[in-house]
Amino acid sequence: MVEAAGIARKHLLTFLLRLADDHLILGHRLSEWCGHAPMLEEDLAMPNIALDLIGQARSLYQYAAEVEGQGRSEDDFAYLRREREYLNCLLAERPNGDFAHTMLRQFYFAAFMHPFWQGMEKGGDATLAAIAAKAVKEVAYHIRHTGEWAIRLGDGTEESARRMRAAVDALAPYVDELFETDPVTRAVAESGIAPEPASLRGEFDRTIDQVFAEAMLDRPETAWPQTGGRRGRHSEAMGYLLADLQHMQRTYPGAVW
Amino acid sequence: MAKNEIPLWEVFIRPRNGLAHRHCGSVHAADEVMALQAARDVYTRRGEGTSIWVVPSSAIVASDPDQKAENFEPTASKIYRHPTFYKIPDDVGHM
Repeated sequence: MVEAAGIARKHLLTFLLRLADDHLILGHRLSEWCGHAPMLEEDLAMPNIALDLIGQARSLYQYAAEVEGQGRSEDDFAYLRREREYLNCLLAERPNGDFAHTMLRQFYFAAFMHPFWQGMEKGGDATLAAIAAKAVKEVAYHIRHTGEWAIRLGDGTEESARRMRAAVDALAPYVDELFETDPVTRAVAESGIAPEPASLRGEFDRTIDQVFAEAMLDRPETAWPQTGGRRGRHSEAMGYLLADLQHMQRTYPGAVW
Repeated sequence: MAKNEIPLWEVFIRPRNGLAHRHCGSVHAADEVMALQAARDVYTRRGEGTSIWVVPSSAIVASDPDQKAENFEPTASKIYRHPTFYKIPDDVGHM
């Protein structure tokens, strides 16, 4: 069992699972493109990003298992929980839609995670700082890749611009949830291991604004921001995703390769 | 014919400092920025590179296959251009 400095173990565990679930679920979504991308180059680029995310999720689940100290493994967390026990943000579970939707979803997430990892790299937990140091380089590339695509689609053909604008409208309700504050985020921020998400909004907005200006896209006003993922309340899409993700472990418990 | 929006690019990777960039394949991409990213994603997934060049395939000037005989066959008889007539002392080992 791990004693983390200055934070209740249950808060640290919740924090780790939220972060790990974001990466597992979004990594799984991206992996659904494998073999279906619009061009071979992207058929490698998207699984590359997915593998970065799943690698980050693994490190976080391993640490969560250590913190929990109940003998659960990373696979138990990833494959054998029920839907309401997953704490990922709703953005991560959004269906892929078209290529524009997928690129924008990834761009939003990367623009949020980059300053988050940077904060965690300087934070007071050695394990998390090491995970962050690796992840921050990976996610910097994710911003670059997805941002360049957003620019080319948004300022591309009539068709690509229409699809990009549709993606902006469709994903608008799922951005604010990234920045939510609650007792867990406060406890984490106070302990100094990671930043308060709300404090990263300025940097996130700057990243988005820069790309949107080049992409000829307008930032939408969000009338009804969606929330609930951090407390295990998910959209309809999540059940189907988990059925896919968990199928092998549920059918052949303990299978390894 | 419509303009090709996603042309072909030739990819050159330098595996280590001190070595030359070597041609390793090609990618499709809309422009040079995306070509570099595609090259990174397709050809450096296993730590193969420290530097990437991309060049529009249309910028490559190739020799004419019909001139193969006049270009290359005359060298076949000039074996004295191969440095195989020197005696190498054993101590030098494999060169």
